[in-house]
Amino acid sequence: MTTKVHLDRAHGLHLLREMLRIRRFEGKCAELYQAQKIRGFLHLYDGQEAVSVGVMQALGPQDAIIGTYREHGQAIARGVPMGPLMAEMFGKLEGCCRGRGGSMHIFDRSRRFLGGNAIVGAGMPLALGVALADRMQGRKTVTACFFGEGAADEGEFHESMNLAALWRLPVLFVCENNLYSMGTPVGIAEAETAIWHKAAGYRMGGEAVDGMDPVAVEVAARRAVERIRDDGAPYLLECRTYRFRAHSMFDAQLYRSKEEIEAWRAKDPILRLRDWLEKAGHLHPADLERIEAEVDEEVAAAVAFAEAGTLEPVEELDRFVTMDEVPL
Amino acid sequence: MSAAAQPRLTYREACRQAIRAAIQADPRVFLMGEDVGRYGGCYAVTKGLMEELGEARIRDTPLSESAFVGAGIGAAIAGMRPIVEVMTCNFSLLALDQIMNTAATIPHMSGGQFAVPLVIRMATGAGRQLAAQHSHSLEGWFAHIPGLRILAPATIEDARHMLAAALADPNPVLIFEHVMLYNTEGELDPAVEGVDIAKARIRRPGRDVTLITYGGSLFKTLAAAETLAGEGIEAEVLDLRVLRPLDTATIMQSVARTRRVVIVDEGWRAGSLSAEVAMRIVEEAFFELDAPIRRVCSREVPIPYAAHLEQAALPQPETIAAAARGLARPGK
Repeated sequence: MTTKVHLDRAHGLHLLREMLRIRRFEGKCAELYQAQKIRGFLHLYDGQEAVSVGVMQALGPQDAIIGTYREHGQAIARGVPMGPLMAEMFGKLEGCCRGRGGSMHIFDRSRRFLGGNAIVGAGMPLALGVALADRMQGRKTVTACFFGEGAADEGEFHESMNLAALWRLPVLFVCENNLYSMGTPVGIAEAETAIWHKAAGYRMGGEAVDGMDPVAVEVAARRAVERIRDDGAPYLLECRTYRFRAHSMFDAQLYRSKEEIEAWRAKDPILRLRDWLEKAGHLHPADLERIEAEVDEEVAAAVAFAEAGTLEPVEELDRFVTMDEVPL
Repeated sequence: MSAAAQPRLTYREACRQAIRAAIQADPRVFLMGEDVGRYGGCYAVTKGLMEELGEARIRDTPLSESAFVGAGIGAAIAGMRPIVEVMTCNFSLLALDQIMNTAATIPHMSGGQFAVPLVIRMATGAGRQLAAQHSHSLEGWFAHIPGLRILAPATIEDARHMLAAALADPNPVLIFEHVMLYNTEGELDPAVEGVDIAKARIRRPGRDVTLITYGGSLFKTLAAAETLAGEGIEAEVLDLRVLRPLDTATIMQSVARTRRVVIVDEGWRAGSLSAEVAMRIVEEAFFELDAPIRRVCSREVPIPYAAHLEQAALPQPETIAAAARGLARPGK
């Protein structure tokens, strides 16, 4: 894997497609929520696509990912198939967690996607352990740990940053700073709103990057991952981003103005990359039509897969409360 | 094991032998916690182990309970078999989120994709005048949580052998070591190579009343049984050993024999493990009972510093004997 990003036509279209896959998947999720096919909490990632898509370009199949509760985009960008993902939100047996986890708890062992985690900050200690275990077993991997800026309010953020730096654990901390912890603006929750500055307190490398630009995120993530693979030390990448939609489906968004949302929508990572690719002559109208059609087809297939899914028999409710063996 | 096997050893030494043997037997096993390495452990359980086994296998951590317990969970998921030491169960509350919301949920919530083969050891209980933030017995709280196995080794044999069984369990196992047990001495039968972590044990047979207890209260209960024997009351002492899942079969068999029950638990009475045991008996063996179930628990106070107050707050052989006496000889 190289730190250089060659933004040729193929790669540009790949990034665009990946972001569109997330956007269209989640657009469908919102519809299905209104139709009451999906219930519980549903936290949409709209606006933040560049972060996951950019970071995932820097990771290989051996690497591990710890997600947040706003993790559909992280999962899709990691390659978790949309069918089992959608079926999970439908609460179906064919879901990636048999319908036990739902939107906030996506796990995919085969892709080392170690969970959506709905306790803010709680994934960070987990990432330390995965990185430590990999190193103790001679695996040269990086564990990418996603969290929102709200996690920096938690003690676990500081405990984890300290321990990761102290033990030089190969963790890429990815802060998705979307400026709001539910309705709390970062400015009234954090004394230092530049999250990446906190890395210095742990003698850890860190930087902030435009989280609305997948290429910028990819470049920074590749550089960070390369550095982690080289020297083993953790790194904090703050991706400055914005969610276009509400925190969850129960949020009237009284804490922010329409103007603010519109200003951020003008920085939409999908539109920006699309425009750039068009200007560079890499994207033709037919390309976009084709990609959108293919993505829509993939989403439709996922919905059909979820609709056709079955319900786990209630007799299996107790299954996996405790395990009979450790899965290999 | 060394050729010159000691006939007698302390509970502390038994714990140390167990950790050493586990780490030597399996390259995936390591221990981490506060002051476990250079210092040798808050209760000196791990003294000398870092020098012997290396810093990679005996890892000193910062005072970050949530981070190192969570790291233990992550390491377990990624193929290791960590032993995490939390200095006392009072501090485990700083890691309660990781234990409850992560370790205990991931197997079920992921649809069985991940197991969490993690062992967490912690000291529990009162008796050293450490006051209200170091003396509580919180194992009953943890026994409330589906997905966990909760162990309370009281004997030298259990202290020596429960750890290996816990490490072989694919699920998170919490081991509560009562602080007053570390200095107790006993013999270790070299012929015993392991113990189960599923069954309760009758530590003293008797026909008149069953005294159900575990952990640090076992020896107080045995002392009470000795006193009662001098009065002609033959008390059966049942050591729960495993607080979750409860071995109700052994409990019910004993209840069916004696028809009278006293539950002795250093935890508080309200909403407690003792309440759970009592209710299981009511549900499963109500008609076997000849008398109401009695409980001897800690008083409903934060455990105080002053020795006389601390002792007054805890179950004692005298209070246990009195409760049993009241059942076995109603009216006296």
